[in-house]
Amino acid sequence: MYQSKWRTITNHLILIIGSLFMILPVWIALVSSTHTREYLFQHGLQFWFGGHFIENYGAILFDPDATKGRVTALEMLFNSMVLGLGFAIGKVIISMMAAYAIVYFRFRLAVPLFWVIFSTLLLPLEVRIVPSYEVVAELGLLNTYTGLILPLIASATGTFFFRQFYRSVPDELLEAARLDGAGPLRFFLDILVPLSVTMIAAIFIIMFVVGWNQYLWPLLMTTDDQLYTIVIGIKQVYNSLYEGGQIPQFPKAFALTIMATIPPVLVVVIFQRMFVKGLVETEK
Amino acid sequence: MKRVQFGHSPVPYFFIAPQILIIAIFFLWPAAQAVYQSFLLEDAFGLSSQFVGFRNFADVLASGAWLQSAIFTAVFSFLVAFFSIAISLFLAVRADEVIRGAKSYKTLLMWGYAVAPPVAGLLGNMLFNPLMGDLYKLFNSFGFEFNHIQNAGDAAFVVTLIAVWKQVSVNFIFFLSGLQGIPKAVTEAATLDCKSAERRFWTITFPLLAPTTFFLMVINLTYAFFETFGIIDVSTKGSPGGSTATLVYKVYVDGFLGADMGSSSAQSVLLMIMVSVLTVFQFRFIERKVHY
Repeated sequence: MYQSKWRTITNHLILIIGSLFMILPVWIALVSSTHTREYLFQHGLQFWFGGHFIENYGAILFDPDATKGRVTALEMLFNSMVLGLGFAIGKVIISMMAAYAIVYFRFRLAVPLFWVIFSTLLLPLEVRIVPSYEVVAELGLLNTYTGLILPLIASATGTFFFRQFYRSVPDELLEAARLDGAGPLRFFLDILVPLSVTMIAAIFIIMFVVGWNQYLWPLLMTTDDQLYTIVIGIKQVYNSLYEGGQIPQFPKAFALTIMATIPPVLVVVIFQRMFVKGLVETEK
Repeated sequence: MKRVQFGHSPVPYFFIAPQILIIAIFFLWPAAQAVYQSFLLEDAFGLSSQFVGFRNFADVLASGAWLQSAIFTAVFSFLVAFFSIAISLFLAVRADEVIRGAKSYKTLLMWGYAVAPPVAGLLGNMLFNPLMGDLYKLFNSFGFEFNHIQNAGDAAFVVTLIAVWKQVSVNFIFFLSGLQGIPKAVTEAATLDCKSAERRFWTITFPLLAPTTFFLMVINLTYAFFETFGIIDVSTKGSPGGSTATLVYKVYVDGFLGADMGSSSAQSVLLMIMVSVLTVFQFRFIERKVHY
């Protein structure tokens, strides 16, 4: 396509400015996390690396005092990993199964159950946090991984996506499978699941990032430090920044921020193509 | 539904059971509780409660604090949706045109999707830190007398800026895929007819992107309603004086920190109604979108 030279130059300029707008805050956090707190306090936020990378990150990863709790960033990373993976795996399995029942079977309660699932789309967890907390407390699930993950899986976004996908699978496949004598379970495991592999991967990536970044729910229900995710750790460090009249621990807060950001960003960048495909196709 | 299906059997119940079970326990039950509690008034110690009808709702709707929060939420959501959509559309159009480095730009602009809202909140909070924040210093060096800790308008600006920054990448992804869905023949024909890139954009590209834009407006409003909780909680915490507390943040503050269950539940129910209307609206639109 014809394009004037001027247009090409402005295109690049605009995109560079846009990229800088996105990256600068994280860049400043990254390089500022490698300075001492006294240095930052005197000279302000930095634009280039200092010499305290190992010291600051080592402290935050292995020393519980640095994160102002009884838990190190390493343990928080582990908790985040459990939350991200548990959420993604649980959501993919449960929604694949439910969508299979809705699309491939004729049964009496199909319509009412479909509407029950649909209704969860109307009300995100945020609007019913207080009663959700009470229910989980009554079940004795506070401060457990189960209580952390299951309520988050209750929303049906994944189910709708798989429903959409199954409906695009040709009917002939089921006819052929039935001629060959395959039952419902056989058809699901041997034909439908292998067909959905790319879709599963895309949903899995998105759900992992969504799970990793959960904030409000873990904040409410993890009162025990041992279950803190790294995103919750950020809030803890932030709360204690100005405590005790000392020079605020900005470098460690930044270090924690960077560590909370790197895993999901890496996942998104590495699996970029799959991720974009999943995002654009699910949300429509 | 499918033309070919399995016949009647207990099998589908087995497949749908896990989802229904989780929804019943962690969704229907709490939602019912919220509705129930919104009609109750607890005493100061939470020992007994009595049925008070719609009094909690009346109290909430009559209180200046809720109204203030509702107005802030509306203005905030509108600004976040507008600016994040405008910026990302602008960037996506340019990213769609460039040939050299297109892939790098795409990556550089979309990774922000993976940033957690509280992370964005903390970054913003640091950049606006009065002791050493670069943006705080920058604004004040222009003589703005910028002070987001005491000035409600400035605080709202900080929260909005962070929320927009966090949302640009999602919109960018959708716009770019929308742009790539426009047939090359259309853009080429337009280029022959009209030299002005700006005019081509407003008469050809923008109308063709209308479904995407509308869809993103709904997505962005939902985002501004709910997901900004993390941003607010780590940047302004609703201060000064509750001026930057969205409705969701207020439910949390009143219910968990203030332990006023009746009022918090009534607010939850009001939110549920508002969101349901928004979602139904969205689904109606998606049904209609097929005809574009």
